[in-house]
Amino acid sequence: MGASPKLAAVVPASRLEVRATPEMVSSGLAQLDSLTGGLARGCLTEICGTASSGRTSILLFALARATERGEVCALVDTGDAFDPASAAAAGMEMSRLLWVRCGEKYPSRKPPSAGRRTNSRSEELPGKRSPGLHPEGQRWESRLGQVLKVTDLLLQSNGFGMIALDLGDVPMASARRIPLASWFRFRRAVEHTPTVLLVLERQPIAGSCSSMLLKVSGAKKLSAIRCQLSGKPPMHAELSHAELLDQFEITVELMCSRLERKLERKPVQSTRASFQSRAAWAG
Amino acid sequence: MFACIFIPDFSVQAIVRFEPELRGRSVAVLGGGRPPLEKVVALNERARQSGVEVGATKSQLEAWENLVLRARSESQESSAHAALLDCVQSFSPEVEDTSPGIVLLNLAGLEPLLGPLPKIASNLSQHVSQLGLEAYIAMAANPDAALLAARGLPGVTLIPEGREAERLGNLPVDVLLESFSSTFSSGFSSFPSDVEQAARWSETLDRWGIRKLRALAALPEVPVSERLGQQGIRLQQLARGAVQRNLRVWEPQLIFAESVELEHPIVLLEPLAFLLNRMLEQLCARLSARALAAQELRLELKLSASQVNDDASFAETPTYKLAGKIDQKFTRTLSLPTPMLDARVFLKLLQLDLQAHLPGAPIVKIDLSAQPARPRALQSGLFQPVFPEPEKLELTLARIAGIVGEGRVGSVELLDTHREGGFAMRHFAPVEPALKLRTKVKSSGNRKKDEENMSMQGNEKTCELAESHAENIKINGEEKMSAVIALRLFRPPLVASVTVREAKPVQLCCLDREDIAGEIVWTAGPWRSSGDWSEQEGWSREEWDIAVSSDNEQLVLYRLVQDRLSGKWFVEGMYD
Repeated sequence: MGASPKLAAVVPASRLEVRATPEMVSSGLAQLDSLTGGLARGCLTEICGTASSGRTSILLFALARATERGEVCALVDTGDAFDPASAAAAGMEMSRLLWVRCGEKYPSRKPPSAGRRTNSRSEELPGKRSPGLHPEGQRWESRLGQVLKVTDLLLQSNGFGMIALDLGDVPMASARRIPLASWFRFRRAVEHTPTVLLVLERQPIAGSCSSMLLKVSGAKKLSAIRCQLSGKPPMHAELSHAELLDQFEITVELMCSRLERKLERKPVQSTRASFQSRAAWAG
Repeated sequence: MFACIFIPDFSVQAIVRFEPELRGRSVAVLGGGRPPLEKVVALNERARQSGVEVGATKSQLEAWENLVLRARSESQESSAHAALLDCVQSFSPEVEDTSPGIVLLNLAGLEPLLGPLPKIASNLSQHVSQLGLEAYIAMAANPDAALLAARGLPGVTLIPEGREAERLGNLPVDVLLESFSSTFSSGFSSFPSDVEQAARWSETLDRWGIRKLRALAALPEVPVSERLGQQGIRLQQLARGAVQRNLRVWEPQLIFAESVELEHPIVLLEPLAFLLNRMLEQLCARLSARALAAQELRLELKLSASQVNDDASFAETPTYKLAGKIDQKFTRTLSLPTPMLDARVFLKLLQLDLQAHLPGAPIVKIDLSAQPARPRALQSGLFQPVFPEPEKLELTLARIAGIVGEGRVGSVELLDTHREGGFAMRHFAPVEPALKLRTKVKSSGNRKKDEENMSMQGNEKTCELAESHAENIKINGEEKMSAVIALRLFRPPLVASVTVREAKPVQLCCLDREDIAGEIVWTAGPWRSSGDWSEQEGWSREEWDIAVSSDNEQLVLYRLVQDRLSGKWFVEGMYD
């Protein structure tokens, strides 16, 4: 029996849901904003980069601008690496930043109770613990367990304008042990909220759960030193301290964005933006 | 008109208020002697119907299988009475604290505000029942008539003016004399203040065959005066409901405290949580009756001197065993950033706090008090950024502290020192930026005008926020819109082995981190700093900024520090 002509015009319910374009909020860096359109609320954004690439500078600057807007922000610091002086120099309003220092002082008073359902998420990474793990790996695993649990709590409590997970010191072997289910859970939790969820890491780990992936690469001046080191003609024969730290050049590459349909897959040619940073003592 | 609230079997009801599961069961309260010489001093109606009598000894009560015995608790009685006083305060400003379980209040002029008298009586009954107490309520034109009616007539009684003698006439004389004996100690009522005298009168009236108040009221005054004196005349006037007096107004003290004495010491947190829940609910109800909230909660636990039983059954239970050093009193104070009034939030906060700080010995008494404060009144603006709810945020912070450890979550306050790591962790209590944001949404052209407008308001805080805002805008100009190079600290600093050539570090090797090693290809420094010379913890150091070539040909910038007092080198952080 054929469908009624009237019914043929009806759009199936499955097609009705269109993901609303998320609200974008400025990162405070004009070049970065022009590249990405800002940071998306209700989405997970990954910022990855190697050591001394400038990723922490970007993170702190974005947090500082959010606190200046009057938003309450949280920094989940896996490696306890946050420098309050750098944050203050970036203009952070300290009273609006919740700093969670994950570390060794874990109060393991709560014994696993008999006859009660144990919370697999609570103490360590679920289902990933291996007995032969290196002590350093176990240390990071314990910290990551704290990070996941704290992030869950922060996302559930609502009201935060920006939540940043600093996994910059976590070795990749440990970071990859975070189950994808956790990232999916974070993505679902942050969806439909005005929170910007930022993850700072060495390499991308959230997979398809992140809405935007930014890769921060090292400074040009550093490559100049490398040239000097390898005997090639350097771009700058001699670098003063002020030149290096006060005009530290950071390059951001938009690797992937799922915010717009046209950028759902990795673009053939990544778009980049460069900008200079300044040293804290430069004023 | 006056109203009287009478709680029958007050000692029993005060206990049942804290143990609601006893409602509907036969309960007898023991007291008046040291064990095993205790006797029944109070019992509820159900126990009375089953044949239990006041004065029975504990051994005599063994025949009743379903009878629940409890020791008399003065603290619970005073908590219940305080709750009752708080409740009636929300109806009338003139309240008399007559005796435990009896409260009088003046309703004159309250009808336009609270409705007709039957409605007021119904509301009173409802509010008192919410406290976990069952009350007899009576209203009459004078306080003593209301008191007698409440004591003698169950439920709600309304005596119209002029018909006091008629309505009180059927009450037994014992009601009058019981009122006399129970209220003499307070000295508030018109009743004569002599228990022995009351007993003599009871005997005399019984001999005369006077059983009801109507018969007492009908006696001729002169013979009564000849035989019982002036107090006899007073008693007769009370029986007629014809005594007029003013209430002795009770001045409320804003002390919100609940207390429970335990028959058996508590050694587990779970049963403690049950008790705390009840106490918090009562506390919140009392605060709510006065339109107040709690700014601070103080929990004081009296601990038993005996050691914790190390029975295996405790270890198998799914809660935590209390163990540790023994102290007589254990006190915890929860300071809340904003006034709150949510028993569930308080309970969770106390639970989390107790999990982190175990009392250390069995608990025999619980005292819980709240510092009252005016509730938070705040209306969020339309353009205000999202802000966490204070209650939810407080719970989240307590839970996070349970995960990462106390003192490892909060906001940072930079200290006025040049010493590295000069900061302190503070409790996270952000302030909503209502005024600040209002200026931010304005266009920059009107900024100066806005600042002027705001400064005209005369509010110091407003001016402060405006100034701070203006300063921010100034700083946030083009000049500041570049990221500041951030430092990632290593806590604690990594001990390093450094090769120095021509007074400059040239090779770095970190003992704890293999990846931080290599040739130093660029250096800047040293920058010397020192401080606290006059203190024992004086410090002196040299800072270097260095670039190190790592194995994968990447250059990483570090901050290298030499402690000039010990000569040791440390890698303090990484520029990123």
